Parts: sequence; structure tokens; C-alpha cells
Amino acid sequence: MKKNTFKKMAGIAAIMMSAGIFAGCSTATTKSEGNTATGNTIKIGVNMELSGSAAGYGQQQKQGIQLAVNQINKDGGVKVDGKKKKIKLVVRDNKTSTSTSASVAAQLVNNDKVSAIVGPATTNAGTAEIPTITKAKVPSVSPSATDPDYTLKKNGKVQPYVFRACYQNNFQGSTAAKFTYNTLKAKNVAILTDNSSDYGTGLTKAFKKTYKGKVVSSQTFQEGDKDFNAILTAIKNKKIDAIYAPGYYSEIGLIIKQARQMGINVPIVGSDGMADPKLAQIAGDKNASKVYYTTPFSTTVAEKSKTAKKFMAAYKARYHAEAPTFSALAYDSVYMIKDAIEKENSTNSVKIAKGLAKTKNFDGVTGTITVDKKHDANKPIAVEQLTNGKVSASTEVK
Amino acid sequence: MQTLLQQLINGLSLGSIYALLALGYTMVYGIIKLINFAHGDIYMLGAFWGYYVINYWHFNFIFALLSAMLVCAVSGVIIEYLAYRPLRHSPRIAALITAIGVSYFLENGMSYLYGSSTRSFPQIIKQVNYHFGGVQISNIQILILVTACLLMILLQLIIKRTKMGRAMRAVSVDPDAAELVGININRTISFTFALGSSMAGAAGVLIGLYYNSIDPLMGMTPGIKAFVAAVVGGIGSVPGASLGGFLIGLLETGVQAIGLSAYKDAAVYLVLIIILLILPAGIFGKNTKEKV
Repeated sequence: MKKNTFKKMAGIAAIMMSAGIFAGCSTATTKSEGNTATGNTIKIGVNMELSGSAAGYGQQQKQGIQLAVNQINKDGGVKVDGKKKKIKLVVRDNKTSTSTSASVAAQLVNNDKVSAIVGPATTNAGTAEIPTITKAKVPSVSPSATDPDYTLKKNGKVQPYVFRACYQNNFQGSTAAKFTYNTLKAKNVAILTDNSSDYGTGLTKAFKKTYKGKVVSSQTFQEGDKDFNAILTAIKNKKIDAIYAPGYYSEIGLIIKQARQMGINVPIVGSDGMADPKLAQIAGDKNASKVYYTTPFSTTVAEKSKTAKKFMAAYKARYHAEAPTFSALAYDSVYMIKDAIEKENSTNSVKIAKGLAKTKNFDGVTGTITVDKKHDANKPIAVEQLTNGKVSASTEVK
Repeated sequence: MQTLLQQLINGLSLGSIYALLALGYTMVYGIIKLINFAHGDIYMLGAFWGYYVINYWHFNFIFALLSAMLVCAVSGVIIEYLAYRPLRHSPRIAALITAIGVSYFLENGMSYLYGSSTRSFPQIIKQVNYHFGGVQISNIQILILVTACLLMILLQLIIKRTKMGRAMRAVSVDPDAAELVGININRTISFTFALGSSMAGAAGVLIGLYYNSIDPLMGMTPGIKAFVAAVVGGIGSVPGASLGGFLIGLLETGVQAIGLSAYKDAAVYLVLIIILLILPAGIFGKNTKEKV
């Protein structure tokens, strides 16, 4: 927690400095509020973790963004004032750093004059860009910043230019808690949290709040850890009915592998960071059984949706792999912006923000999205079950 | 008791990897007084090499291990030649910063070329678990322990029994005097880098096989922990590095076993601080007085 607040403070300090440098050029040149596209293209900025520790997720999101933009441009473009305008992407790397995220955002809104931003992937980098984009009045849609407070100001009011395409942690964590207690009938759980991100700690907090059974053991690990044998050996002797492990596939995959090899066969419940075909590859197919995770985007649920089917096929054709959740969320983020532009019939960034806030029953790849008063994306949630590395069942949880 | 033994096995497998990595740090430090921060990334290169030769050239485990050791040895020599040799006579801090630069270059270069997402390492050896009185040990854990011990013994033999090993020891004691008696310093230093890097390459392949997951940033944390291991054992001492590696592995496992998993990294660094305060030369280090 302390580290996070420090990071935030450092981020804010960096933003202040960069905002100071760029302030002069932004206010002097624009008369109307926000950025408006000129000519036949609409510029959309991408502030993304393309290198550094979250690069794995950032790269997947970049793929989703590019896929969406290619598709939109192939279909003619975005319709504004009866004319079709093409989207031009400005992709910049924030190196998974809060200070770089702030300066990247400043470059995007002030120099590149983008009408909207997609990204960043992580809550920390996302929070760092908020002061800059708010000042410039340019909206950003983060595909995966899940912290509940991400879209809110300190006083609890909503940040007018901050949106997201994913759930916030409280919703996902409490759904997992209900599922574990009611459906799996697990009365005693052990929790393994990725405490290097707000994502992991936030989910655990939400889970503990809702879960009615007993938390027998609560342990943490760091992103990049590879050896969980010690923690698992310690858990093995305790009486547990399930393990709740919110985190990303790279670590949870290893937890599943090492737990099963040790003979721990209780269900392992996790979050949408696990919804990736790589999870089963890392865990080994035969180990990835009795594994459950909450997810907005489910390959089996998706088969019923036309939009999702189209996305999956396009992704497979271009990247020769099953589409991961992060690409799907990023794809939706771009289409949410397109939807807002067309609804408001304007490329002005202030108008786009208004349009995004009004997003209702938007038919996305990751479900039907409605943006609520707190700028959270509301959509159905599903729990997927893996058996032998393949998705064997998928249930929607109300 | 069973749990204790099980944790001991967990700790030893983890420790043997740290030990293999710590050897590289300690040898390079012993000979040119440089903390080679790029060492952890050589280990990453070894893991990636293993990944490619097994997947595309269908090498078996032994060949993958040996070829990774060879490739890492060559890259270690190239790094020394390009990055550290020109700085041989500059202040130590310049070489240290260069080492950090090389580390960043390797990490981000690999991320750029091959993407930074995690890959699953091909499982060429099927895992089999053996049970001894409630304690479980897998064939891969045994393989790691045995390979690590063999390599450490081999290294010790090279240093103590061969002509090149004698040259290494001579250069580490006094480079100028060694040069006077006709030892080719450049070649000796290159050889040290080759030896240390090949250990890291072996560790990379073993880790890939054991955990089944590799990524371009995988060398960062183990690299730093192996460095701590080298300091604990006494930097510059080869048996010290092996012992330090096992100690750090056991410590990390122990801290997690008693339920303090959030502090496992903190415990390792705390040990570093304590050792530096109480026993600055490490367990096996020679306490040399500096002349004023």
C-alpha cells in the first residue's frame, strides 16, 4: 500500500512538472475546448505499456487496438457529419512507468492533438495520466484498469474524462466470493494474492468482504515469482476446500502446476487475468482441471455473440492464436470511442467524453456494455471452468 | 517433520539455481572487481536458447543444456570484450554503470525481438514424483540438484587443477604481477566470463524445465538474489557462492513456510544488510586489510 501511494505521489509530481512545461502551448493555440480532428482523419492516441513489467498485457492490448482500427478503416471509417473519417493511431510506449505515462499523455494531447486516448493498461499508469488529460479535456478509455477508485476523484465524484472497458475489482471479487461459497460449497479457503498490483490486492479485499466462509490462510506473492512450492507446502497441511488466487496467468499458471504436482486437488478460483490460453500451456493441460475464473469475455459465451465471433475470427486470421481477454477489452475500448463519436456526431474530445458517458447497451466483444454514473463498465460476468486445459463449462453469474 | 523435510527439498532446489548464478558473480568479481549486473540476463539468454533449440531443432535435454552453456559462454565473452574491456582502467563506478546498461540492453532487446509475454518451456522430461515417507521429490528436482552439484565440482576442479585455473587465481590476487610472469590477462578474464556465463546458461535451461515459464525479464530478481548469495558466501570465493546460494534458497523457503510470504524478498535483503554490517567479507571471504 505504502509503495503504491508513494508511486502515485511521484507520478503526480512528475505530471505537475510535465504539465507545467506543456501548459503554454496547449492553452494558447486552441480557442474551443478540447481537441478536434482536422481533415479527413481522427487521431486516437494509445498510451500503453509496451515495455517494462506489464508489457505482456500491453502488447496484447495493442494487437486488439490495431485490429479494431484496421477493421473500422476497412469498413470506411467513422461517420461524422455525413462524411466517413479514417482513424489514425498514435502509439506511444509508457514503459510501465507512472512518470512516463504522464509525459506520454501530455505529448498525445498537446503535440499530437488526439481526440481520445486508449490506455493505459494498469491502474498505476492510468492514474498518472489523469491530471494531464483532464486539463486538456481529452477522454481516455482504459481496457484494464480495475481499481474501484480509478474513475473517481478523491472526494468520490466521477472523473469526467476517465473511462474503462473492464469491471472494477469489487464486482469481480465479490462474484468470485459468492461463486466459491454458493456454487463450489467451499467453507474454508486459502488466498494467494499478487500483491505487486492494485489488481491483485483489490480483488482480495473485495473477496474477503463478501466471502462468508473462513479464510484459513492468506499469502502473497510478487509478479515474476516462479517458485510457489514453499507457500503451497504450507497450505497443503491445512484443511481447505478451495484456493482463491487473483492475479495474471503467468504466475497463476505456475501456482496451478505446482499445486497439482504436489497433490493439492482443491478447486482454484481466480480472476480475468487468467483468461488466456497461455494459462493452460504454463500449467500443463492435465494440471489445469478444477480451475475457475471470473471473466467478462468467455470463448464459449462468445460463440453466441456475433460481434465476438467476428472478432475471434479476425484475431485468429491476423495473429494465428486464440484471442486473449486483454486484446478483446482493448478492441472494445476503440469501438466504444467510435460509438461515442458517431452518437455525438463530433470529433471534439469534450463531446466524445460526453458520448462515452452515455454508452448504453453497447454491443461489445466482452458483452453488452453500459457505462454507469461512476464510469464503470457494467456487463454480464461469467465463470469459466477449465478441465484438462480446455474450457469445459461457462456459467453466467447474476 | 514431513513438512519440514519437504520445505528443505523445496529450498535446496531453489537454492541450487541461486548457487549456479552466484558462481558467475563471484568469479567475475574475484578477477576484475566488477559486479556484473548483466549476469542475470545471460541466464535469461540461456533459457531462451534452450526454448528455441528444443522447439525448433528438437534437441534433447543434454544437448540443449550443453549448447545453452556454450552460447552463453560466447555471449559472456562478447559482452566482456565490447562493454567491459574498454573500461578496464576507468573508475569502477563507470564499469558498474555499464553493467547496468548491458542488463537493460539485453532485457529490452529481447522484449523487442521476441515480445515480452511469458512463454511455456517445452517439457522434454516428463515429471515423475517419488515419495519417501510422505516427502515428495520429483525427478526434475533431483536433476537440478545433481546437475548443479556436478557443475560446481567441475568448476572447482577447473580452478584448482588446471593451468587456466591457476592463471585465474593469479590474476585475481595481483593482475600486474600475473602479467609480469607471463600470464595473458585478457585471455584469462575472457575465460572467467565464459565459465561464469556458461553456469548461468545451465541455470536458465534448468529453470525453464523446472517452472515451465520463461520471459525476457526473468533474470532480474534471481540475478539480484544470486548477487546477495555471492555476498553472503563471501564475494570472490567459489565455495562461498555455492553455500550462499543454498542458504538464500532455504531462507526464502523458510520465510514462506512460516506464513510470511509477503516478506520473503525483504528477508533476503535484510540478510544482505546484516552480513555487510557484521561480516563484510562474507562467510568464506578473506578479510584483507587495505593499505593506506
